[in-house]
Amino acid sequence: MRRVLLAAVAVSGLSAAAQAQDDFLPAVVFDMGGKFDRSFNEGIYNGVEQFREETGIEYREFEVTNESQREQALRRMARDGADIVIAVGFAQAPALEVVAQEFPDTRFTIIDMVVDLPNVQSVVFQEHEGSFLVGVLAAMASQTGAVGFVGGMDIPLISKFACGYHQGAAYVNPDIGYFENMTGTTPAAWNDPAKGAELAQSQFDRGADVVYAAAGATGLGVLQAAADAGKLAIGVDSNQNYLHPGTVLTSMLKRVDVAAYNAFRSAMDGTWEPGVQVLGLAEDGVGWALDENNESLITDEMKAAVEEARQKIIAGEIEVHDYTVDNSCPL
Amino acid sequence: MSYFEIILMLDATLRLATPLIFAALAGLYAERSGVFDIGLEGKMLGSAFAAAAVAAVVYPHLGGAGWLSPWVGLLAGILVSVALSMLHGFACITHRGNQIVSGVAINILAGGLAIALGRAWFARGGQTDQLGNEQRFTAITWPGAETIGDIPVIGPIYAELISGHNLLVYLAILAVPLTAFVVYRTRFGLRLRAVGENPAAVDTAGISVPWMRYKALIVTGVLCGISGSYLSIAHGASFVPNMSAGKGFIALAALIFGKWRPFPAFFACLLFGFLEALEQRMQGATIGGLAVPVQLFQAMPYIFTVILLAGFIGRAVAPRAGGIPYVKER
Repeated sequence: MRRVLLAAVAVSGLSAAAQAQDDFLPAVVFDMGGKFDRSFNEGIYNGVEQFREETGIEYREFEVTNESQREQALRRMARDGADIVIAVGFAQAPALEVVAQEFPDTRFTIIDMVVDLPNVQSVVFQEHEGSFLVGVLAAMASQTGAVGFVGGMDIPLISKFACGYHQGAAYVNPDIGYFENMTGTTPAAWNDPAKGAELAQSQFDRGADVVYAAAGATGLGVLQAAADAGKLAIGVDSNQNYLHPGTVLTSMLKRVDVAAYNAFRSAMDGTWEPGVQVLGLAEDGVGWALDENNESLITDEMKAAVEEARQKIIAGEIEVHDYTVDNSCPL
Repeated sequence: MSYFEIILMLDATLRLATPLIFAALAGLYAERSGVFDIGLEGKMLGSAFAAAAVAAVVYPHLGGAGWLSPWVGLLAGILVSVALSMLHGFACITHRGNQIVSGVAINILAGGLAIALGRAWFARGGQTDQLGNEQRFTAITWPGAETIGDIPVIGPIYAELISGHNLLVYLAILAVPLTAFVVYRTRFGLRLRAVGENPAAVDTAGISVPWMRYKALIVTGVLCGISGSYLSIAHGASFVPNMSAGKGFIALAALIFGKWRPFPAFFACLLFGFLEALEQRMQGATIGGLAVPVQLFQAMPYIFTVILLAGFIGRAVAPRAGGIPYVKER
């Protein structure tokens, strides 16, 4: 019935828009880490909240707390008649492949992974480009000539962050010292701030003075350790500068909020299209954060250098290697 | 690896071993009294949550006395842990229930309840609010650490290894000789050991077996409470779901490793702490030109445990009355 109505709306155009709004049912399935991880999931949450505030349309949500729930949650959203379901995170891909085939008329958007089905939109980001920029900043801010990286779960996606960051740091200073740690090999690695703090501390002990965390809620521990030790940390996904003003050098922004908002919005407007969307520096899908919390840490020289690097990447003069292409990093 | 790096690694060992030391000593009191306690993990989680939640909530109300808030948090952590401990006692001392079942129940209860309450109170997906430095036990720099730190060899030991930990780390190290003294040199300790080996004899001497075991569980609760609070308001700065991450079970392994004796258990905790510190520093290291996979280092604590338990430690004999509810003869 709803679908018939929607079709009617599409045909009759603006006059029926109000009616469509009443009937439009968006849904989102967050991944482990939870919608308040102040990072990846929270970015999505901010995007869908913005949609709710602007349109007044409530969305349905589910926070996955163990691996077996992903498929159930997606299926339940689809069965209850959701018009669009956002699946948050690479880990939902196998579940989505099953559910999307069961509900060929439901629209799905998956963030951070490609699922090649006619009713799935896949949004992926050029994290290596954004990470390159914060790598440039890290190398310029470092006084010891060594920088560190703390990743969450040991997967190619996180190595993509690490590899881009390392390339950016080496672009500024080819002799830069570089330490890399992954928190773990299971999804629990996204949620272990104590271990994140220890890993960051171990890198400070070895001489690093800027550490980039790409580790979900684990990164909160990294930022805390930097604040405790009086060193610098770099946040990820959402703008985390405010967490510890003065010791968070910057945050690598991954505009998942925009992606989530656009998915809902386009589905409502009828402009939603399946396929792969790649968001990089050129599309402002990734970037770095500058606000009142970190402006004292970023010199004009750094600003200029990072802007120059940004332009060069967009123009193709600097080619940042993507780890996931061949599962290796040239450095 | 330089001398300085080794010192820093031992420094990390202490930080990582602290929650294990408290929890292992907590387990020691319970198990020496004849009550198996696999609920250490749950008690740690419960107290970690209580400490972080209370420290966060109470801080704005303390005004100028904000420095009190970690203490209030610690107290809350201890109270919750003791309450869970008493629940364990009520189930398996008073009602002679199965101690393993009760322990598992406490683990599940505490883990679930902390997340549910955290979501309801803080709306952060089970996390509590981030704590500021005044709301936590922060590092204490010992007098003269700056100047003495420049002296070669001894300097770094003082400045890095001895100075610069939070209060609870020092407390953990003090708790070891204290426990040894209490268990081996006091009347309470003698009765504690007796009630775990031969409760009938203790009963014949006119001492109440259940009350003795309850007293042991109170001590367990207090120590476990400190262990959990350390995670959320000293080492960390907020509660995160499942933040104990199996430490309660590792502490239990350390206790068995140490054959239920304070000092050996302490060294076992240090060994586990050291392996964890080593794992973090060896990631991505190359040995003979070969990149060693991360997984190998992460598995190392467990591999060591199996090897040491199987080959070097020998038979670990539990207190004889452990796990058996005491039934007074009629």
